[in-house]
Amino acid sequence: MPEWLRRFLLIDLIQGMLVTFRTQHPKYINTEQYPEERPRVAERYRGAPRLNINPENGETLCIACDLCAIACPENLIVVGSVRNPETRRKELTTFTYDLSRCMFCGLCEDACPVDALELTQDFELASFTREGQIWDRQMLEEGPRPSPYR
Amino acid sequence: MADTFLDAQELVLNMGPQHPSTHGVLRVILKLDGEKVLGTECVIGYLHRGVEKIAEHRTYAQFAPYVDRMDYISAVSNGLGYCLAVEKLLNAEAPPRARAVRVILTELNRIASHLLWLGTHALDIGAITPLFYTFREREEILAIFENYCGARLTTHAFRIGGLQYETYSGFEEQVKRFCDTFPAHVDEYETLLTGNPIWRDRLIGVGLLTAEQCKDYGVTGPVLRAAGVAWDLRKAQPYSGYEQYEFEVPTRSGGDTYDRYLVRIEEMRQSVRIIRQAVERIPEGAIMAKGMKVIKPPVGEAYVSIEAPKGELGYFIVSDGSIHPYRVRVRPPSFLNLQALEVMAKGSLVADVVAIIGTIDIVLGEVDR
Repeated sequence: MPEWLRRFLLIDLIQGMLVTFRTQHPKYINTEQYPEERPRVAERYRGAPRLNINPENGETLCIACDLCAIACPENLIVVGSVRNPETRRKELTTFTYDLSRCMFCGLCEDACPVDALELTQDFELASFTREGQIWDRQMLEEGPRPSPYR
Repeated sequence: MADTFLDAQELVLNMGPQHPSTHGVLRVILKLDGEKVLGTECVIGYLHRGVEKIAEHRTYAQFAPYVDRMDYISAVSNGLGYCLAVEKLLNAEAPPRARAVRVILTELNRIASHLLWLGTHALDIGAITPLFYTFREREEILAIFENYCGARLTTHAFRIGGLQYETYSGFEEQVKRFCDTFPAHVDEYETLLTGNPIWRDRLIGVGLLTAEQCKDYGVTGPVLRAAGVAWDLRKAQPYSGYEQYEFEVPTRSGGDTYDRYLVRIEEMRQSVRIIRQAVERIPEGAIMAKGMKVIKPPVGEAYVSIEAPKGELGYFIVSDGSIHPYRVRVRPPSFLNLQALEVMAKGSLVADVVAIIGTIDIVLGEVDR
């Protein structure tokens, strides 16, 4: 077809409109209705950190080896431990994880030898204060506490 | 001034850093004579984070997530370049299975980067529709990334010496499904844009850059290939097993914005070809090279460059034998391509500057680092 005829018959316009028209059907809707419908994130999603506990006796799995704190590029993990004089083992006392600096690279969970520290599928991490982003051991084990608005 | 367009006074106008079509925080000082651009001057550095300096205080493995944040549109390519550079320092190589998965993810990332470019570039010029379609397909790619490594944008998908994650069950099927549906979508974009008279009028002859000028300015990637130089590092110096795959390097001869658009469209099709070949025969075996627990390269230096979606992405790493790099220097494609803006924009109209900034496909995170 000659160029002038294509232009005269608006072929390009009609073809473009057809592309648009074909995707009008409701089954092609891609918008996520986020707060109403929960998005399903992938199994390997790197979200909020969690410190796993043994479900049988409620003791932490963490052996306070400090490897996650060494692996972290941002130095945001602080592991506190005391050595038990009887068993001569390190026992975890505090665990602080500064989420405000975390970039969710996953190096800490890769470093963990006992799968205690894990990045979970929880992705809603907003809080009203900066202090609310610093997660202590209790928050890491039980999930985030809702922080009040000041 | 002999080449004045109107006899008006020269007007200096700031474009950016908050201008929506500068794709980030680029400030361009335009010297105008009416609508005609007499000269441009780029002011960069608004997104400077000192990534190269950060590297000196991180171990080799710790720095890998930071390179994702330079060119955040193609984080996987950035990670590949860095991992290859450190592997060259270590004199190690990733196992074949890791190399194949790396190729698949990098090529998917090239498509994602070109899709984002196409959508936003068309949006700058005034075609809103393609944005929705390109983002629809980009979402499928990001879903593959999320399933594979747990993040969509700043993926941190590769580790030095191979991969951290084994492919998930259904990886091959998902990638194949994408490869089967995607070429039809590229045809859709072409239907919307290639023959469109407005699109052609806005692009043809705009932002001319000859092959000589490209070489003078160190411009690489699709911008160089649109000027007629078939220079692609995947062919010229294959890395990560690219020599096993059949693909063509698309070139055009005009060197204008329209040719760059066509080159990128064709590159997406070629990427699908590479992914198809790679996903058909992912070798079995280990995904991590041996002896990568502690990364402590010998004293020396290495330069590795790869073909990122935007051009040649190079990493120059100097090692002093410790666990920290002594110096990391990045050769970002966007930064060097942006330097050609001055020659491309000179003599054009203000509206074309938007098209020209779009066509070099810059990411300011990479320009400023």
